Amino acid sequence: MTHTQKRIVTNKIIMVLSTLSAVIGIGFLLWILSVLVINGVDALSATIFLNEGAPPGNENGGLKHALIGQLLLVSYASLFGVPLGILAGTYLSEYGLKSKLAETIRDISDIMMSAPSIVIGAFVYAIVVAPSGQFSGWAGSIALMIIMLPIILRTTDDMLHLVPSTLREAAFALGAPKYKVIIQVVYRGAKAGVLTGVLLGVARVAGETAPLLFTSFNDNFLNTDMSQPMASLTVTMYNYATSPYEDWQKLGWAAAFILSMFILTLNILGRLFLLKKRGK
Amino acid sequence: MATIVDIATEKALEVKNFEFTYAGADEPNIKKLTMPIAKHSITALIGPSGCGKTTLLRSFNRMHDLYPGNKYDGEILFKEKNILGPKEDLIKLRTQIGMIFQKPTAFPMSIFDNVAYGLRLQGLKNKTELQDRVEKALQDAAIWQEAKERLRHDANGLSGGQQQRLCIARAIAVEPEVLLFDEPTSALDPISTAGIEELVVELRKRVSIIIVTHNMQQAARVSDYTGFMYLGELVELGRTEEIFVTPKERLTEEYITGKFG
Amino acid sequence: MSNIIDKVFANAAKFIAIGVLLLVAWIFTVLFEHSLESIEAFGFSFLTETKWAPNLEKFGALPAIYGSVVSTFLAMILAVPLAIGVAIFLSEIAHAKIKTPVGVSIELLAAIPSVIYGMWGLFYFVPIIRDIFGGIGISMLTAGIVLSIMILPFMAAVTRDAMNTTPDILKESAYALGGTKWDVVKDIIIPYAKAGIIGSFILALGRAIGETMAVTFVMGNVHKISADLTQPATSIPVTLANEFAEADSGLYYSSLFELSLLLLVISFTIISIAKFYFLRRKRIGQ
Repeated sequence: MTHTQKRIVTNKIIMVLSTLSAVIGIGFLLWILSVLVINGVDALSATIFLNEGAPPGNENGGLKHALIGQLLLVSYASLFGVPLGILAGTYLSEYGLKSKLAETIRDISDIMMSAPSIVIGAFVYAIVVAPSGQFSGWAGSIALMIIMLPIILRTTDDMLHLVPSTLREAAFALGAPKYKVIIQVVYRGAKAGVLTGVLLGVARVAGETAPLLFTSFNDNFLNTDMSQPMASLTVTMYNYATSPYEDWQKLGWAAAFILSMFILTLNILGRLFLLKKRGK
Repeated sequence: MATIVDIATEKALEVKNFEFTYAGADEPNIKKLTMPIAKHSITALIGPSGCGKTTLLRSFNRMHDLYPGNKYDGEILFKEKNILGPKEDLIKLRTQIGMIFQKPTAFPMSIFDNVAYGLRLQGLKNKTELQDRVEKALQDAAIWQEAKERLRHDANGLSGGQQQRLCIARAIAVEPEVLLFDEPTSALDPISTAGIEELVVELRKRVSIIIVTHNMQQAARVSDYTGFMYLGELVELGRTEEIFVTPKERLTEEYITGKFG
Repeated sequence: MSNIIDKVFANAAKFIAIGVLLLVAWIFTVLFEHSLESIEAFGFSFLTETKWAPNLEKFGALPAIYGSVVSTFLAMILAVPLAIGVAIFLSEIAHAKIKTPVGVSIELLAAIPSVIYGMWGLFYFVPIIRDIFGGIGISMLTAGIVLSIMILPFMAAVTRDAMNTTPDILKESAYALGGTKWDVVKDIIIPYAKAGIIGSFILALGRAIGETMAVTFVMGNVHKISADLTQPATSIPVTLANEFAEADSGLYYSSLFELSLLLLVISFTIISIAKFYFLRRKRIGQ
């Protein structure tokens, strides 16, 4: 065999192996998705949305408590996390620029985006749960907010940065004060990108389980009082899935399905916004 | 029909009724093009952007095959064989027909390894032979003097003009019969450009050269033949001095005198 | 008036941005303070002691550290070649028609919460491990495999992105010399994108080591060091997830906080290495 023939054979082998690993990887992921859809759709029913949790063996158990709890936890986290993140991102892009402070904040935020979320749970336990003496919805929301903050901050920073500086200069040339330029020109120009960042940030915290385990904890019944322990889809999913009861496990799959669809939808929406913007 | 001058010498390549269609395009980018390429000469391809000159150039070494869905029709004869066949050995073809790109493309490795790359691909392992051939290629590309002290250094440390000469050295190291130049000086300063042009003229003795350029002066300075392309067709191919002084086609004359393009 | 609003806006933005830094410092401080009791009680032996016995007030983190290291190592061994394969497939082999849909689905799968991977692992993967290796199927090996599948989409997507930074013209130059796809991948793309590829692996490693939910389902939370990978084990996040809400003494809590701090320091270090050493931040646009 000549050297070139050897190269051609090696190339073929590697190409087959690469394709194979793609098939394996995608196969596993399809497996997970199909399991999710089959079990999820199978477990879905109207009662799931209408009823609260029930003791095992009771067929009327639902996920209303977890759905509403999840909604509250994520909403409150977003209510504070989104504006704070956008404002901090605005500082980086519009005021801090390439200063040492801004660069440090960027670096630390980048790291925090990949830091273990369970540690944030421990932190919130120490500053909220332990002093107040109980698990609470607030504690859960705070943990989620801390996780969301760097994500929103960094995407805002990047997206505002994409707005051409000539646009800012044009507005300044008309005598507009900086805050007006930012709000009326920069924000408007970066709307789609910032929105994408917000959607991705919300999607990310909506799937968090670990930081809620010992902050919002769990509740098998409906509770809308943020100062009390509160159910979430993720923790409910964990508790139900690891329980020995089949009807609970089934509810766990329903929760997994609903949550995944929600998160996938947010992600797809986020992409569409960005695509639409690029298409312009 | 295009006006095509008789090529006195042997032909390095012969394009016959060639058509090329990009993936997803309705119309061919190059239409029914016929054109001889003279051996041991420099043929320049000129024409306004989008005329198909680069597309044609990249067909000679089947570069378009890297992106699926592109379609060739007609024939390009190289050594009396159509290279557009589905069974064509592209690896061999590309060692016989080399290419230089718009920008210097030094690989992320040392100067020596860059030049040795094509040789090693062909299985050349003998150290002294490798060294000899690398040195020869660098000398032929007129960069030996600058490179000899730092053969083991990263090739990206060279200047733009030096890198482009390194790429030429890399291409001629495997001793191709044809060299394709795709606007080789478009990213270079005037002095480096002059150096590359001199080198191209020098290389003509050993290889047949096709050079795509958007710079008419460059075509006039270096080439023996010039082909003027417009809207995917060859308008005129002639001896360079004739094309620039007494073009036979009105369209050629208009382009050369700057009426469009 | 405008002037005042301008100042207020600028300072509010700056205040919050600095707040993010302070928050991170606060996290470290709080975790450290709460670890003090354990640090004073056990000192350095916390890291080397193998016994974790809450009822005896004895806390040694070695089994959890061992579990974290081994499960992450297993996950990396399995995921790295697969991720490279998927990335090569996506950037060099796949036809444009399947490149985009497959690429996008891989990115979307990276967004699926890890708790789902854990659940899938528990119900579908544990039985397979049980059938092959016997035992209960909940084990270090299961955790490693589930973890590898969980980080695969992220790793493959980032590796592909890194490979895609190689300029087309550079790849074409190698093809123009008669290179095969593999020649181009190994001689041009990988050397060119080396830093990005290694960086993305390390980043994935940093994520894997702090990952909780994908492994909590399938690891077993058993504080024992065993060379037998088919035995149940624990890791730092698994211990935290299982025991935090149940801890009943100050020292127990403090030990868990020390574990949290340890995890944060480890992750921070790994991610910093990836970010600063390999993935210098490139701003998009400009």
